[in-house]
Amino acid sequence: MEKRVVFSHKTLPYLLLAPQLAITIVFFFLPAGQAMWQSFRLEDPFGLSSQFVGLANFAELFSDPDYIQSFKVTAIFSILVAVLGLGISLLLAVMADRVIKGAAVYKTLLIWPYAVATAVAGVLWLFLFSPSVGILAVYMLEAGLSWNPRLDGDDAMILVVLASVWKQISYNFLFFLAGLQSIPRSLIEAAAIDGASPARRFWTIVFPLLSPTTFFLLVINVIYAFFDTFAIIDIVTQGGPGTSTSILVYKVYNAGFKGLDIGSSAAQSVVLMLIVVALTVIQFRYIDRRVNY
Amino acid sequence: MRATLFAFSIAGALAGMGAAHAATDINFWHSMQGALGERVNALVNEFNKSQSDYVVHAIYKGAYGESMNAGIAAFRAGNAPDILQVFEVGTATMMYAKGAVQPVQEMSEKVGDPINPADFIGAVAGYYSAPDGKLVSMPFNSSTPVFYYNKDAFKKAGLDADKPPKTWEEVAEAGRKLRAAGMECGYTTSWPSWVQLETFAAWHNTPYASLDNGFGGLGARLEIDKPLFVRHMTFLANMSKEGTFTYGGRGDASGGLFTSGKCGMFTGSSGNRANIIKTGNFEFGTSTLPYYADVKGAPQNTIIGGASLWVFAKKSPEVYKGVTKFFKFISSPEKAAEWHQGTGYVPVTKAGYELTRKSGFYDKNPGTEIAVKQLDADTTKNSRGVRLGYLPQIRDIEDGEMEQIFSGKVAPEAGLKNMVKRGNELLERFEKSVK
Repeated sequence: MEKRVVFSHKTLPYLLLAPQLAITIVFFFLPAGQAMWQSFRLEDPFGLSSQFVGLANFAELFSDPDYIQSFKVTAIFSILVAVLGLGISLLLAVMADRVIKGAAVYKTLLIWPYAVATAVAGVLWLFLFSPSVGILAVYMLEAGLSWNPRLDGDDAMILVVLASVWKQISYNFLFFLAGLQSIPRSLIEAAAIDGASPARRFWTIVFPLLSPTTFFLLVINVIYAFFDTFAIIDIVTQGGPGTSTSILVYKVYNAGFKGLDIGSSAAQSVVLMLIVVALTVIQFRYIDRRVNY
Repeated sequence: MRATLFAFSIAGALAGMGAAHAATDINFWHSMQGALGERVNALVNEFNKSQSDYVVHAIYKGAYGESMNAGIAAFRAGNAPDILQVFEVGTATMMYAKGAVQPVQEMSEKVGDPINPADFIGAVAGYYSAPDGKLVSMPFNSSTPVFYYNKDAFKKAGLDADKPPKTWEEVAEAGRKLRAAGMECGYTTSWPSWVQLETFAAWHNTPYASLDNGFGGLGARLEIDKPLFVRHMTFLANMSKEGTFTYGGRGDASGGLFTSGKCGMFTGSSGNRANIIKTGNFEFGTSTLPYYADVKGAPQNTIIGGASLWVFAKKSPEVYKGVTKFFKFISSPEKAAEWHQGTGYVPVTKAGYELTRKSGFYDKNPGTEIAVKQLDADTTKNSRGVRLGYLPQIRDIEDGEMEQIFSGKVAPEAGLKNMVKRGNELLERFEKSVK
């Protein structure tokens, strides 16, 4: 007597997969393919004249010092967003996990920012920190702090990183909290009986057991920093001052939607796609080994 | 939201069906929201009621950038609207889309109801004309940069509130006095690239780009690294250093610095007026843009911003007849004057300007005439406007470099050189792409 359920039907699995595959093909593979096709062409916005230019779009990009600079900006921005976002939300999750009174209130409040659209998050932080008129910026000026994200590249970077991290903390927090709650109490209690301090319990038991969650969030946060933050950049700094917050995805948007330069925009998105693929592969090959499942 | 859209489209479809047997439908995509959107709707309704052969459907398609993208996408998909409102920086892109666009004057001549460019204010018609002087798009909502100042702050600083600074030197001097009187900021500007480079060049009758600022063809390249621009950038950088000029961000982000009373002087669009009245808690004055008195030919005229109406190609003669009729309607003296007085945009026609003046509007609303006066001139080859491809991106480059100049990180000369180099790379690319 066979115990397993056997589907002898040949086409049923494909049929069941079809809806998901169709979505993936229509919304991911086709656009990606089209971007690649267009990255080899030079076209006017209306598509009235279109010519094959080989790798010229890429050659132009890599001979542009601004584009090269944008890699550096993107690296700094993404590392800051991922590290700060993960660090702060892990801290908050550990705190929220310990709270006994009013835990639900804390958790709900911490999850709220996730419901805010990225562009709105940008507007909120801009209102707070806009020099001379922003509520917090006025206090900073009175306290004698020099703060001018309009002209100081570092200030601008701090502002967009703050906004981007704030937006993502809720998401990270949720996953960390779930991860923390799935760690068996008995392990931690046993360690406590053996006399391990809270810090030691965290680093030797909780953190390693949390590593699958951390790893998953790392991948998600890097992708978030690379792709989803462009609305914040667009609203807060428009890539300025100079080019100091001009990250790669913002340049894609700028060339495509503002400049209507489809060839260059497509070439940039192909480069961006390759970077994210490479990063994800690296993450899975090297960091994945150190994760305990 | 979706439900209302759905209701609207049903209503639109029904209206279309009802009128189909008699009237020709004309789709008009625009970017006027809020109070401006209501004005557009009122204008269109009036036109629809005034005759029974055509029905114009005004449809809001998002901000300028979005509606232009939508129009282009619709064209590529084969169902372009009949009329599309396009902002001034998109002019070159539209103009070089031969085969996609129907030049307006040619259209009106073909249907036997010609639109005459001489009816329009010089700088307005100039901006939207082909090199042969024929209108390619229909002027609609035009604004131009003017100089605003806070009269209360001027009085407090011991300055004459009825004598605004005329030259840049006087602006710097007034800035020093304002700061000495305890103001947080002397002067700020909105739209840095539009005001401090494009308009600055026209106002001083100096070329912004070769080949008549691009009106002469696709081979035009930027010329903003010339001594006059270096002088102006150095001047502003020095003001920034001594604290009399505060950089307020790109686009119109700096408007708040003036309306909140932090800055005593401000260069911004003539369209800012209504907002300053509404949010500013002080008496303000309007004046002409500052200039350098020793530059020959200055002040010439300013150039316009805002948008114009473009007509797509390959529509039926009946549609073109209706579009021409609609354009004639909105540019009639009464309608043009009404639009100007109600919105703060400049009157695009001379007759609309005359009518407004005769009605005593300018006496009752001092300062509103400044913008028209700045534009009402015989334009030179340097002051017609700017006709360059990828202009939105070029402006971004210019804004970025100016930020580096004003913060003292880059020398004015080097910054301007960099703008020219990077801008020209884009212009070369544009030239190749439309061939």
